[in-house]
Amino acid sequence: MKLRTKFVAATMLAGAVSAFSFLSAGAAQAQGALVMYCGVQEEWCRAMVNAFERDTGIKVAMTRKSSGEIYAQVKAEAANPRADIWWGGTGDPHMQAAEEGLTQEYKSPKLGELQDWAVRQWEQSKNRAIGIYSGALGFGYNTELIKSKGVPEPKCWADLLNTKLKDEVQMADPNSSGTAYTLLATVIQLMGEDKGFEYLKGLHKNVNQYTKSGAAPAKAMALGETTVGVAFMHDIVTMVVDKAPIKVVAPCEGTGYEIGSMSIVKGAKNLENAQKFYDWALTPAAQKLGAEAKSYQVPSNKATPVPPEAPKLSEIKLINFDFAKYGSSDERKRLLSKWDNEVKNLPK
Amino acid sequence: MSRAALGWVVLGWIGYALLPWYGFERADVPGLTGSGLVLGVKGAWWLLPIIAPLLMALRPTFGSAPRSESDWLIASGVLGLALVILQGFTIGLNGWTLDLLKNLFGAPGPRQAGMGYGGALSSTAFLIVLCHGLAARGWCRGDAFVTSSIGIVLALIIVFVFFPVSTILASAFADNKGNFAPMEFVAKFLDRSIWGLDCVTSDLRCGVAWNTLFLGILVAFGTTLLGLAFALIATRTGFKFKKLLRVMSVLPIITPPFVIGLALILLFGRSGALSAALYEWFGIPRSRWIYGLPGVFIAQLLAFTPIAFLVLIGVVQGISPTLEEASQTLRAKSWTTFITVTLPLMRPGLANAFLLGFVESLADFGNPLVLGGNYEVLSTKIFFAVVGAQQDQGRAAVLSIILLAFTLGAFWLQHAWLGKKVYTTVTGKGDAGIPLPLPRRVAAASYLTAIPWALFTVAIYAIIVIGAFVRSMGRDYTPTLDHFITAFRVERADWGIYFSGSAWNSFFATVKVAALSAPLTAAIGLLTAYLLTRQRFSGQRAFEFGTLLSFAIPGTVVGVSYILAFNVPPIEITGTGFVLVMCFVFRNMPVGVRSGIATLSQIDKSLDEASLTLGARSFTTMRRVVLPLLRPAIVASLVYSFVRAMTAVSAVIFLVTAEYNMATTYIVGRVEAGEFGLAIAYSTALIFVMLLAIVAIQLAVGERRLGRRSASANTSPVAVQATP
Repeated sequence: MKLRTKFVAATMLAGAVSAFSFLSAGAAQAQGALVMYCGVQEEWCRAMVNAFERDTGIKVAMTRKSSGEIYAQVKAEAANPRADIWWGGTGDPHMQAAEEGLTQEYKSPKLGELQDWAVRQWEQSKNRAIGIYSGALGFGYNTELIKSKGVPEPKCWADLLNTKLKDEVQMADPNSSGTAYTLLATVIQLMGEDKGFEYLKGLHKNVNQYTKSGAAPAKAMALGETTVGVAFMHDIVTMVVDKAPIKVVAPCEGTGYEIGSMSIVKGAKNLENAQKFYDWALTPAAQKLGAEAKSYQVPSNKATPVPPEAPKLSEIKLINFDFAKYGSSDERKRLLSKWDNEVKNLPK
Repeated sequence: MSRAALGWVVLGWIGYALLPWYGFERADVPGLTGSGLVLGVKGAWWLLPIIAPLLMALRPTFGSAPRSESDWLIASGVLGLALVILQGFTIGLNGWTLDLLKNLFGAPGPRQAGMGYGGALSSTAFLIVLCHGLAARGWCRGDAFVTSSIGIVLALIIVFVFFPVSTILASAFADNKGNFAPMEFVAKFLDRSIWGLDCVTSDLRCGVAWNTLFLGILVAFGTTLLGLAFALIATRTGFKFKKLLRVMSVLPIITPPFVIGLALILLFGRSGALSAALYEWFGIPRSRWIYGLPGVFIAQLLAFTPIAFLVLIGVVQGISPTLEEASQTLRAKSWTTFITVTLPLMRPGLANAFLLGFVESLADFGNPLVLGGNYEVLSTKIFFAVVGAQQDQGRAAVLSIILLAFTLGAFWLQHAWLGKKVYTTVTGKGDAGIPLPLPRRVAAASYLTAIPWALFTVAIYAIIVIGAFVRSMGRDYTPTLDHFITAFRVERADWGIYFSGSAWNSFFATVKVAALSAPLTAAIGLLTAYLLTRQRFSGQRAFEFGTLLSFAIPGTVVGVSYILAFNVPPIEITGTGFVLVMCFVFRNMPVGVRSGIATLSQIDKSLDEASLTLGARSFTTMRRVVLPLLRPAIVASLVYSFVRAMTAVSAVIFLVTAEYNMATTYIVGRVEAGEFGLAIAYSTALIFVMLLAIVAIQLAVGERRLGRRSASANTSPVAVQATP
């Protein structure tokens, strides 16, 4: 009996030890030659990893998260950084990380090949975050629903104030979504702060829901849950390509945009490989992978072919977006609390 | 000295002298390979003092009075732990961790990596030696098994709950740059968006704290009632489809997050199937009522009723028929018996089910995210305070403190309600009775709530299964297998089978982590329940609350706190599968504890005492007497922890790595990208795996035999009452 108990105990111990070694062995393998946090959708991330591994032979350990999550993680890990490169995702968290010194400076030899907006992002972040793609803000409408409502097709920001669209517009909450914050900053830059807030108060009457995630209004439009949705145009295009009855609109007054960025994490353990990736990701060969993965942003290298589905930046009236001012944390806090107090809490 | 204590002293020496002291994750920390002793001799002077307590622990083997023996053991354990902790926290990855030491001895100072197997084994040995010393002093009636169990559970809770949670809650009192700023805490705490009561007087919104509280209470009542109805039908009636009902009621618990929400939208949304039908047949206008409180309430009810059911079924089964029969013999009607005898005996179960429902609703994140509309709750607010455009970790910590306060309040209320009454019904005496059939009214009420609800669940799951096999749910119903092929493609290559589907990687990692964490969770949870109900020691209530803490804190906060705590020495385990397992164990342990407590409070202590009087030790008593009686609780905690490890989202978002990508993060990514079909297909596969696991667990653990006659075998006229 005693022997049996001992045997059982020994087996359990052996089992536990092998289980733990199993787990830690896996972790050791995960120490690839480059650790990448990827902030765009899975397909695109995978394509980038595969192509880079094929081109350079460097093994990439990639984790996909939303860019807000990546920022929170990089900040929490600052004492002992795990990641080498942070690729993709909207520019604000990259700017914030640059401001807090979580990422490091790097000057790529490819800088000369890039569009002006990409280089400007790099300069404003003190040589840290560089633009890799860009996408304009806009809205879309469900063609079937708008026909049944008998509302003229909206073409401008002002058309969204149409009283017939009451409870038919969906946008994200700027407190949680970078997309909606871009809208807030865009409206203010287009109309001035006072008029801009008047506009948002008017829009509030038509908004049926402030979603948490920025791309959610595009999906809700596709499902017919809302008639109009405000989102980045490339997110809406993805739904159109998926055969949803949606039309994308570039607002006639002009619109703001995001710059998807890339940064090298400060204290990166594989700095050399991170720089190699940084240079490689700015080449046309790497940037054209986006369109193949059904992401229709505009690439930052001038020589990259722009996907035919992508909203043409040249045909969209873009405002001169001041990322330095509206990306700074003080200004953001001020505008968000003003929006909270003056717009969000208004009765319908 | 007992042989067990000696064994642990030897293990302590092995950990110090033989196993590598550093590098749990990477065995090759530069310049720091080798055991503690070897490194200490080579120049890591801070490891040398640890030899002193190890020598002290050997002292009793040379013979001494029992009194001084326990003194030596206690002193060795305390000194050993103190040394390990002191050097661990003062010497970091980049030298001294405290500015004071930097100023005194110069920067940067010595460096060290995270603890490895050697360090962990030695620390454990010190802890157990200390507990043996205390037992020798007469603590817990001199039972070394009990003191060691308390010591281990306490240490684990301190390391994996208190330590990480306190690191993040400290940030509630700091401004964004990390300076101490109590005024900022007060300002954030009293914010109108949290406590505002505008919805009472006008049509403005109420504060997020009130919203959360209201939803939590509604959901807790709802799940407890539904769970009770299911439990009564399953144990006290002759209902034909009991088995099916059990499976049905467990289905929602094994459904990955977002899926129930999505299904509800596809059914009740403005373009949903049911809304369209209502509009066409009855002209009821389509509306968006599902977004907001009603939607979240329904989704949480679907998701958490199974937990209430799992807790209550053990309790209802355990109620002794003897008391009910006595009541009937005294001419009480079956309704009176139910109200005055059966129901009060269920109180521990009801209270625990209510508490779990409330806490689960508070911590739930997926459903409010999908269905919340403009109804905001704390959990989503906290998530977006961390990752949203505000990026305000301090605010997240303040909101977490409010959430914690609610949980604490519920916990206290539950204790007050249960009071000091006795609920024991499983005793060593033979139970001669058969369970009383339900009074007509109760049976009818149970059927009327449970069956429509079960049908509703079927409808939801039909939608989910259909969604996995059509091109795009809600728009394009062309049947397709594309989603499964993308996720789970298997190719035959020259060297064998190659899993080329994009989901395989996360699928294997998830199953592995879930399978490892489930038994650990159940073991620690039930051990804790045993200690809490069967042993008396000071600080018991605080200990009990500590076990609830990690459950009550939202996953996002736990995730960030695990990074903050476990990314630097002395415990450096981020990026490993181990940290995921630990996170799951301590997040899900409370369910094991709660269902263990509920079941144990019914089992008469005299059973344990009989075993102890006959000379069995605590460990033997637990193994031979308590565990077999605890089978329902074992099943509940195993099932729950396995399932939660496969379906939890928010905590793991920050802990996954390329190697350990979890199924849920994959699903969330797909939902974000709008690929609902793929997300639902993956979920269907996961549901299938979990069903298999549940059946396997049921078979492995087996049913509890209480030596009672079963009601179904009995054809007496009383039993007929149960069928409506």
